[in-house]
Amino acid sequence: MIKFGLMSLRRMAELLQSGKLMARELTEHYLDRSESLQGKFNAYITITRDRALKTADQVDELRRQGRELSTLAGIPMALKDNISTQGVATTCASKVLAGYIPPFDATAVKKLADSPLLGKANMDEFAMGSSSLTSAFGPVGNPWDRKRSPGGSSGGSAAVVAAGCAPFSLGSDTGGSIRQPAAFCGVTGFKPSFGRVSRKGLLPLASSLDQIGPIARSVEDCALVLQAICGHDPGDSTSARLPVPDFAAALREDVSDLAIGLPEEILDNCPDSRISAAVEAAARELEGAGAKISRVSMPYERETLAAYMLIATAEGASNLARYDGVAYGCRHTSPSWEEMYTGSRVFGEEVRRRLMLGTFSLSAGSGCSSYELGQRARQKISSHLAKLFAEVDLLLLPAAPFVAFRLDEELDPLTMYYNDIYAIPANLAGLPAMSVPCGEKGGLPVGMQMMAPRFREDLLLRAGYTWQRRTDWHLRCPREVEQ
Amino acid sequence: MKAEGVIGLEVHVQLLTKEKLFCTCPTDFGAGANTRVCPVCLGLPGSLPVLNPEAVTVALRAALALGCTVNNISRFDRKHYFYPDLPKGYQITQHQHPLAQGGRVDTPFGSVDLDRLHLEEDAGKLMHTGESTLIDFNRSGLPLVEIVTGPCLTSASQARAFLESLRQVLLYANISDCRMEEGSLRCDANISLRGGGRTEIKNLNSFKAVERSLEFEIARQSRMLAQGETVPVQTLRWDETQARTVPMRPKEMALDYRYLLEPDLLPLVIDAEIVDRAREDLPELPRPRAARFIKEYGLSPQNAAVLTLTREMADCFEQVVAAGAAPRPAANLLQGEVSRLINQGGKQSLPSPHSLAELLALQEQGSISVTAAKEVLAQMFASGQSADSILSRNSLSQLSDRHALENLAQAVIANNPNPVADYLGGKKQAFGYLMGLAMKESGGRANPGLLKEIMVQLLTKQPINK
Ligand SMILES: [Zn+2]
Repeated sequence: MIKFGLMSLRRMAELLQSGKLMARELTEHYLDRSESLQGKFNAYITITRDRALKTADQVDELRRQGRELSTLAGIPMALKDNISTQGVATTCASKVLAGYIPPFDATAVKKLADSPLLGKANMDEFAMGSSSLTSAFGPVGNPWDRKRSPGGSSGGSAAVVAAGCAPFSLGSDTGGSIRQPAAFCGVTGFKPSFGRVSRKGLLPLASSLDQIGPIARSVEDCALVLQAICGHDPGDSTSARLPVPDFAAALREDVSDLAIGLPEEILDNCPDSRISAAVEAAARELEGAGAKISRVSMPYERETLAAYMLIATAEGASNLARYDGVAYGCRHTSPSWEEMYTGSRVFGEEVRRRLMLGTFSLSAGSGCSSYELGQRARQKISSHLAKLFAEVDLLLLPAAPFVAFRLDEELDPLTMYYNDIYAIPANLAGLPAMSVPCGEKGGLPVGMQMMAPRFREDLLLRAGYTWQRRTDWHLRCPREVEQ
Repeated sequence: MKAEGVIGLEVHVQLLTKEKLFCTCPTDFGAGANTRVCPVCLGLPGSLPVLNPEAVTVALRAALALGCTVNNISRFDRKHYFYPDLPKGYQITQHQHPLAQGGRVDTPFGSVDLDRLHLEEDAGKLMHTGESTLIDFNRSGLPLVEIVTGPCLTSASQARAFLESLRQVLLYANISDCRMEEGSLRCDANISLRGGGRTEIKNLNSFKAVERSLEFEIARQSRMLAQGETVPVQTLRWDETQARTVPMRPKEMALDYRYLLEPDLLPLVIDAEIVDRAREDLPELPRPRAARFIKEYGLSPQNAAVLTLTREMADCFEQVVAAGAAPRPAANLLQGEVSRLINQGGKQSLPSPHSLAELLALQEQGSISVTAAKEVLAQMFASGQSADSILSRNSLSQLSDRHALENLAQAVIANNPNPVADYLGGKKQAFGYLMGLAMKESGGRANPGLLKEIMVQLLTKQPINK
């Protein structure tokens, strides 16, 4: 029997294309594994066996007929449960959306129509969180230690890949929601530039920050998925009218002409010195591969988190205004509309906290709203990053300031928000960024992050692939789920 | 002394487009409830708005027709409030950066300055059915422009006259069908008197409601002020059956709309070239057209004003003239009999200008009487046929045969001895009566000059009955 655990997507595609492997066999393997580990990690909200097998059989049939299919055809996937799937419940891990079944597929899902859908991955409610603890469907366990958080909000999407339950998954990243869980789970997570992947069908958290991206074992796998999901969509006015580069070609280039900047304030102030040391070691490794390493300044740590919270909560409150109890949630029957509105909301605590913050942030009060202040800070941070990218091609920094924390560790909200401190600048400036495994601490993965100028995903792929050819951090598996 | 108000209007106009503002649902009126909906206009999670370029074109035409300054860059904002007919919990509108600013509407009492014109989406419609309230989202997402006047109107009748002039321009430039009963033109009015608070009357859906509610408010507010009371700042609605304004909510509790720059849409960029092209597409508007009619066709100002009331009428006039008719008879025909028939039958389409010109020519030649011309015109309206073919089929052409008319007159005189006696006894008005009978007898076809001559001749030959 073939072992799929560490197999690359490219290898799976070759086996499928040559007929040595049937999509059904591959899909059944991942479905079985997903179902058997569900009790352990709670990584899914819904497992969609029937739909997966139907797609797999269709792909096998088309292959049998000799049809030309996409590279990923027949390779199954998991989707974060805030990505719309026609006919399959899409809950955002919230009770508010109980019973909601989207009548359409997200554009990214349409582009992956030949990939059997294993299921919808668990997450923080409405993607508000960095722990996957706020899900109305219960917390997700980290495959490296199920008493720990897989990170969030795309915790389920990262956990299914780490546990070998899915070859790849899609998550969404508003302020680190792909990269921090990828780092916590020891997998590779990629947030494309804002506008690279259509947001149509993504249930929004903060529309100006959100982006769908892949989580997979390796940079090479991410490149394949990116190739499939990127591109202009007339259905998303903010999606970029740009041709999609050949990402596989980017993998063939090395880093010998790349200048990589290390933000010194971040490395100096990182609360976990093991993490900063791992990143510095990675920098030396890349230097050995020919890259030019320099120290750069990236201040504004305080402003970054403040700007993010003001913007993300304001846009989030706006986007969640539609869950008013009229069409969603359990309707509070009462003679007055006001009571119907106030009584029908069944949001969890963190969502309610952010709705309050966001509503406050948008309130005009006297003069300028906090949201506008946030936007000004965002401008400042973005132009600083633009200046940095005049000097270097990439920034290298930690993906998160911590390794996976324990589920029973009661982090106060601010400490929790601090999880995303290194990830947020890329969202504020719309830049592509990627998290790759680069070390371990006490048996838990450590992730490093690379950030590139807008629409230069190719630079991230080059550097990330170079790194993964020289290291094996991405090939390590949690002992608990030996594959 | 009649109190003067300070009145400003916000007019919501539904644009004539095939599709909604941010989705491709059709905009037709009267479809079954919730049959013109999609994820976007239902506000389903994950749906995204995509701006309909046709709506921008029509809105731009409105801005130019009203003399507004078009902003090179305008933006969309989310305006938040909770109401069951608002599926997203916010309305996409243009708050800080509207499509256009300034502009004016010429009215019979002078020109009214506009403050702004912006694009926005409509909400759904609540339908109260006994115990429950249902929502029809067909209207959700329809493209609107909101046109805001300065606070420069002073009376209810001015407000009404302004709306009529505005509607004339909007109809002229094919911007909206302006059917208030279908909701494609709606109005909110702000009104205050010197020294009093400002009230806003929401959702006025007829010109009559605008006029009457403002009259009511002016009277109510001046009564309060005269009694030394303060007029509270309020949002009101007009209760048609009670003929009074009723409070909706106090304005001190004004909603905080928490405007947010719409992150799902890009700024709307309108460069000079687009504006030029829209300007070229703009038809000649009523006022300049009336002026031209006076100058070019020698019409009276009153004639010109009536003929330019609607674009169809003005177009028809010019086409009739182009088909060879003299301007003044053409003007008289259109604003007299043609208008009467339009109003009577509610018939929307006019007979072809060519056949109207033909009718005028026949009248000119004397081969058809004025009365017969009316009959022919009525048949042209009903059947859509040309004047010629109606004439040949119904022999409505004028009766000028002396012998036939003599027989006809003789019969009328013989059958009506009393009026004849009256006439011969000196009552001259009896002659008109007898002429009328004879004309009726001829089916309106008698050549009136000849008939009159014959009648006079025959009557003078009558013996005087004592
Ligand atoms: Zn629609």
